[in-house]
Amino acid sequence: MSTAAAPLTYRDAIREAIREAMRKDDRVFLMGEDVGRYGGCFAVSKGLLEEFGPERIRDTPMSESAFVGAGIGAALGGMRPIVEIMTVNFSLLALDQIMNNAATFLHMSGGQFNVPLVVRMATGGGRQVAAQHSHSLEGWFAHIPGIRIVAPATLEDARGMLATALEDPDPVLIFEHAGLYNMKGQLPADGGPVDIDHARIRRAGRDVTIVTYGAMVWRSLEAAESLSKKSIEAEIIDLRTLRPLDEVTFLESVRRTHRALVVDEAWRSGGISAEISSRIQEKAFYDLDGPVQRLCGAEVPTPYPKHLEGAAFPQAATIAAAVEALVPAHV
Amino acid sequence: MSNLIETPALSKVDRTHAVECLKQMLRIRRLEERCAELYSATKIRGFLHLYNGEEAVAAGVVQALGPDDAIVATYREHGHALVRGMSARAIMAELYGKQEGCSRGRGGSMHLFDAQTRFYGGNAIVGGGLPIAAGLALADKMRGQNRVSCCFFGDGAVAEGEFHECLNLATVWRLPVLFVCENNLYAMGTRLDLAQSTTDVTKKAAAYGIAAEAVDGMDVFAVEAAARKAIAKIRGGEGPYFLECKTYRFRAHSMYDPELYRSKTEVEEWKKRDPISSLMSLLKQEGAFDDSAMDEMERDVARELDDAVAFAEAGTWESLSDLERFVYSERRPL
Repeated sequence: MSTAAAPLTYRDAIREAIREAMRKDDRVFLMGEDVGRYGGCFAVSKGLLEEFGPERIRDTPMSESAFVGAGIGAALGGMRPIVEIMTVNFSLLALDQIMNNAATFLHMSGGQFNVPLVVRMATGGGRQVAAQHSHSLEGWFAHIPGIRIVAPATLEDARGMLATALEDPDPVLIFEHAGLYNMKGQLPADGGPVDIDHARIRRAGRDVTIVTYGAMVWRSLEAAESLSKKSIEAEIIDLRTLRPLDEVTFLESVRRTHRALVVDEAWRSGGISAEISSRIQEKAFYDLDGPVQRLCGAEVPTPYPKHLEGAAFPQAATIAAAVEALVPAHV
Repeated sequence: MSNLIETPALSKVDRTHAVECLKQMLRIRRLEERCAELYSATKIRGFLHLYNGEEAVAAGVVQALGPDDAIVATYREHGHALVRGMSARAIMAELYGKQEGCSRGRGGSMHLFDAQTRFYGGNAIVGGGLPIAAGLALADKMRGQNRVSCCFFGDGAVAEGEFHECLNLATVWRLPVLFVCENNLYAMGTRLDLAQSTTDVTKKAAAYGIAAEAVDGMDVFAVEAAARKAIAKIRGGEGPYFLECKTYRFRAHSMYDPELYRSKTEVEEWKKRDPISSLMSLLKQEGAFDDSAMDEMERDVARELDDAVAFAEAGTWESLSDLERFVYSERRPL
């Protein structure tokens, strides 16, 4: 690895990935609402219009279904489109194209037409933007065979996953947590594609496994530090990819720690947390010292006031409390 | 004897080409009839949407396209696939669900695909194919390829948001798309005037600034001439073009439809304008065709379809162990 470059943000890391891909491959282009002249609603694409011009940094009408579908068509036509959807809530307007076309073309055509499409969107709450801009619906998308669902928690993943996604022959949806865009860190100057098939252990620990992803990785790490002071060592698994789900990594961890807590800011009922919990109980039941627990978002459309919104999502303190309830005091 | 014959729309058409148009339409008609029989015989299952009555649209438009152009069609697409050059064998095997089918049997009647002829499906979501066509056209435009993406959809699609989004997008970006509305007057069972603010769908297209034209979809020459004109304009860089083909579906919407929503009289009235018998009469009247030539054509088509059915019958079922194939590509760089 080369020396680390100057400090960057998660946002910068994604922009660097886009820039690098566009310099390297003229089939790559970015399209979405306000990605060009406005610079991207989260400023991810700021400055790219000046470098690459309006053909390749393409502002679209407010027509999610049309421009996501056009991304699918362009991918079928030999391009490598990156489609930006402002937030996951807006992606519902393009759900038909994602579910009925992007995820099915390879299958319906008997293997003839793969769709090398990358869709990026912001997900997650915590910014007081209320009930139509704050949800975490990546678990819904992870229900669909035929697409890959990734959720970068780190700068390295924010950059590397996009690079990998662009090399993938099938549709990849990248869920960027809106609360992470300003997160600062360092990146190796030569950082490239990263593996998008495996979960990663972000913190080793002997007493409990916390399975999570996205912004909740950082909140869980914070909880783990406070737990450590009480001699409880939590192992933190960053899923990174929600589909296909790497169960091996979290099952192995649970077999070591014998306890599991799934932390997910999305709703509990029917969510990805239920899937993970189920797999642990199906495949590691006899390794468990207690039931798998879940800490999820409250089952409410995200409220606007700060105190209510804060209470609607897992926080470091509530994660720590959930772990303490799970791990007996004598550990 | 002149090589040209005069069409009902008073244009002149080469005799050989006129006979070819008849043959293409006859192939579609007889294929669809064969499908109906095979459905009753339970060889074909699922949904089956037949194209009888609308043959002039596929025959006229598809013949006007070049080999490098792309087609995005609907769930009523057997005819388009056949005229495009996909073999009756591959189509029939697909309808049987056999792995020798054009989509390995995975798609069935509503999802015929073929990379060779750039046939991007059979799409069974009304309006769902329009964005795909826009995207194919965008790729061509960005890569500097002078190709046309032709998108077929019914009048029902005109009520979908994707129709409006895509007509707008294609105009704003001047995409080389030929939008072909196969207006058969019913969105499944709902009559056009009960579902549309105006029954003149070209007005909706024109509102987006797209050159729009309506043609008699029962006249293959009128359709073809309009399509050729449209394609020339698109290739000339004038942006998208909208063609409404006014046509009629002779059979039920699908094999499950008891046709409660329209009268038999209405259907019979439209059958008087059958694109195939009309053209046959014209060719006979012009001395370009006679009963023996007709018999020969029928025999040719029957032979082609017999062969297709035999091929499908002899086809094989994909192994159960392959069930989860084609969900993700089998080769990945990492």
